[in-house]
Amino acid sequence: MLDKNGIAKRIAKEIKDGYYVNLGIGIPTLVANYIPEGVNVVLQSENGLLGMGPFPFEGEEDPDLINAGKQTITTLPGSSIFDSAMSFGMIRAQKIDLTILGAMEVSENGDIANWKIPGKMVKGMGGAMDLVASAKNIIVAMQHVNKAGESKLLSSCTLPLTGVKCIKKIVTELGVFDVLPEGGFKLLERAPGVSVDEIRKATAGKLYADDDVPEMAVS
Amino acid sequence: MINKVVANADEAIADITDGKTLMLGGFGLCGIPENCISALVKKGVKDLTCISNNAGVDDFGIGLMLKQRQVKKMISSYVGENAEFERQLLSGELEVELIPQGTLATRCLAAGYGMPAIFTPAGVGTEVAEGKETRNFDGKDYLMEYAFDADFAIVKAWKGDTAGNLIFRSTSRNFNPVMAMAGKTTIAEVEELVEIGELDPDHVHTPGVYVHRIFQGKDYEKRIEQRTVRTKEQG
Repeated sequence: MLDKNGIAKRIAKEIKDGYYVNLGIGIPTLVANYIPEGVNVVLQSENGLLGMGPFPFEGEEDPDLINAGKQTITTLPGSSIFDSAMSFGMIRAQKIDLTILGAMEVSENGDIANWKIPGKMVKGMGGAMDLVASAKNIIVAMQHVNKAGESKLLSSCTLPLTGVKCIKKIVTELGVFDVLPEGGFKLLERAPGVSVDEIRKATAGKLYADDDVPEMAVS
Repeated sequence: MINKVVANADEAIADITDGKTLMLGGFGLCGIPENCISALVKKGVKDLTCISNNAGVDDFGIGLMLKQRQVKKMISSYVGENAEFERQLLSGELEVELIPQGTLATRCLAAGYGMPAIFTPAGVGTEVAEGKETRNFDGKDYLMEYAFDADFAIVKAWKGDTAGNLIFRSTSRNFNPVMAMAGKTTIAEVEELVEIGELDPDHVHTPGVYVHRIFQGKDYEKRIEQRTVRTKEQG
């Protein structure tokens, strides 16, 4: 089974040299720590920055320079700053190659819910609806089950949707999954030490798994 | 030239009365018009509709106006940092319209560009789409979203000149330029107000034509929401 960093590490392998990437809050943010040597990516922060750098050194924080998670950050040589309309303009126009975001639920037809629990939690969708509606390549990074032990990979979402038929790949602590165009989750890789049976038990939606699903290589 | 310079925030917001619709720039607490928010809190105007990406935190930014129950309705994309907001929302005391962040920005842009509406795929198939016209272009569905109609836009810039030209700094730019374009009356507070001729025209982000009032702000706290750092050892 993977921990949060393991999920981030596995997703980092999906990033190709030259990609412009938008990382959501939570596990996706950790992906930045595992981008392989020699792979150059430009991270977008949707509050208006391309080329997000690491956290500043202590004492060098700039309150005018934050990321979409409101954390203090730095720029890098080659960074650019723009307004919020242009930021979502480049998202809508599919200039961003890869979007990685968290989810509360994903359905077997690729619907995603991650912004609202009616009567309980209302934080808002932020940029998530814009991202999932326009991105050509989205990976969901999430825990396979919620805190109550219920599967987050469902036949259909129970929570208010963020987007429909938009998720194609999911990485959880148990494995890597494709969302099939005809519906269903296809198990591509098992996390180290996790059996197909365990994954099947934790997956409420339709799961397709070959007899010999490989164990993922996480180094 | 018409004099756009006012003495301070109190004077800038003097004609903002109960029930008006305000746009407020900023992302989180970054780039918010601190002086004008303080002045609005002091003035005590109420029943306001506020269009702003976030709602501040409990004790800073728009959170200060919420605490005083000055806001009737918020139009935002993300409000997760404000417990008082969430309480007022869940109890039904506060009317809230949550909309996608890109839709929020682009509805400002449309207002500033003189376009009545935009089409965006954000929210198609979700509760955001309820009651909205949908159009299909090249096989993909889009929602029609109207340009905002705001009485006042209140923004914060780094530098501005007496003609209202504005320059923003770093990611405190965020919603400020698009909101500056979108208000019927736009008020800009700046960290440094300079005479005309002192800003390089090539560096101006918001042309003064969009700005009606400008003043030199003071005592900026620029509170940081999430102070994240690394140590020299971490490199």
